[in-house]
Amino acid sequence: MASLNNISIKVAGENALIIYFSQVVNAEILAQVQEAERLIRLNMGNEIIELVPSYGSIMVVFNLLKYNHRQIRQKLCSLLAGINTLAEDNSHKTKLIELPVYYSTEVGPELNLIAEQAKLSIKEVIDLHQGQEYLVYAIGFAPGFAYLGDVDRRLAIPRRSSPRLKVPKGAVAIADRQTAVYPEVTPGGWNLIGLCPVSMFDVNASPQMLVKVGDKVKFKAINKAEFLLLGGTWPFDIEFLS
Amino acid sequence: MTLALGFLVKQPGVLSLIQDAGRFGACHLGVSNGGPIDCEAFHWANRLCGNELGVSSIEVSIGGLILFAQIDTIIAITGANMPLTINGQAKPLWRSYHVNAGDCIKLGYASEGVRCYIAVYGGFTVPPVFGSSATVCRENIGGLSGGKLAVGDIIPYEKKLEVSDIKTLKLPEEYWPNYTRDLILRTIASYQQQLFSSQQQRLFFSTEFTVSKNCDRMGYRLEGPRISSDVDGILSEGICQGAIQIPTDGQPIVLMNDRQTIGGYPKIGSVISLDTSKLGQLSQGAKVRFESVSMERANDIYHFALNSFKCTNLITCDKP
Repeated sequence: MASLNNISIKVAGENALIIYFSQVVNAEILAQVQEAERLIRLNMGNEIIELVPSYGSIMVVFNLLKYNHRQIRQKLCSLLAGINTLAEDNSHKTKLIELPVYYSTEVGPELNLIAEQAKLSIKEVIDLHQGQEYLVYAIGFAPGFAYLGDVDRRLAIPRRSSPRLKVPKGAVAIADRQTAVYPEVTPGGWNLIGLCPVSMFDVNASPQMLVKVGDKVKFKAINKAEFLLLGGTWPFDIEFLS
Repeated sequence: MTLALGFLVKQPGVLSLIQDAGRFGACHLGVSNGGPIDCEAFHWANRLCGNELGVSSIEVSIGGLILFAQIDTIIAITGANMPLTINGQAKPLWRSYHVNAGDCIKLGYASEGVRCYIAVYGGFTVPPVFGSSATVCRENIGGLSGGKLAVGDIIPYEKKLEVSDIKTLKLPEEYWPNYTRDLILRTIASYQQQLFSSQQQRLFFSTEFTVSKNCDRMGYRLEGPRISSDVDGILSEGICQGAIQIPTDGQPIVLMNDRQTIGGYPKIGSVISLDTSKLGQLSQGAKVRFESVSMERANDIYHFALNSFKCTNLITCDKP
């Protein structure tokens, strides 16, 4: 286990290592993760097959035909040696992405539940949700699904006891203190509060995803007409009230 | 535009999927690798067809596939012991065959092993998504339309005039793998192993586990004594091929090709790829055991297997 300040590198598998930055994740750590990801992609393109950043870690999968753990570990160590200071300089470079949301009980069946639980009006719930910036902690679960946090404590609500079989594409949802936009129609257990007309993930677009781990996201309320104007897909086939 | 020709799917079988070597470089977007569960059988199929390794082929799980050829070509079928007939005539696996337009290729149900690979001369011409044709049904990505093969699908390949002159090949019988129902999974210490007490680790490495009914391309869930760790969960992190998750119920899950890219269960180690290939040929009820190997040893095993594959000569068959 190599150690660089708080960074440690451990074996993950036959052709994979995992870099741990911290067990506590905050904006500074995420900026460090983002900067490390950038440096590795830039300098180790030949060696690397996959780089998977998530919360406080990056998994590094390498080409076992040409390299071994020791070589990759050494390269990572020298590359990441100066990362702590670099991260501070780069923390302001993380992108802020604004996502429009049509918040409504019409498409957000759990808005009422969250408002009741928090003893707030629906408008107050919406204002709290759109009133802050969120960090992109991880991307996973499904292609293009970004875990954003931290949601205001008052809006935190556990996952539904039984997941919906079909959550519409673009659904904006909350689970505990995390929020997300469903990139595609999928089963899902998060609580729905609105719909985002912007596509989070498009195989044919460049880049394919709007956000990456370490970026910031802010939501902005729009009305139904704006939602449709921005190309939002109306989920005709989704039965919310069942 | 003319309709592409290839194999017409008369009967798709239980789960037949287009797979190439896998989709790499998009895990950070949440896109899983996919690819052939049994890499060894997959690579043999392509070698028997004289293909570059890793081109698009068909992975047939369990069996029940019937295809009609629309263009003359060469095919090779390797893997699980599924009865193969071409135009009703029984044929052994692990060799290549000339097939002509109109021929019927039929794979019955596997008696040993789970997955077969069908390669075609030059590979199937399936448009790549993120650089790969690998089908991951859960993500609706890859293959002909993101899912498994269906009746009436046409799996296209190119018409090559030279095929009639090419001699077919076979793999000598002594190299055919045995799909034993009793397998040792060689495992590298990794990830959160230190979060399992030495007693729990001894239990894990000394116990026989049974493959449960929940075994698919995403992961193989095993049944055995409860293995417990010092934590319930960890911050979600990247999961590699073969990683062994121990959820709170203490029953290990060995993660396979279609695994989710990140996850928050502690992991006790990772099975080497040669052995996840073998695990993927097992079905419910099979017995497995984990054996600890060092990372250096795992590296030697990998390169030795690769070298053996390269050094094994195929036998040229006489032209039929």
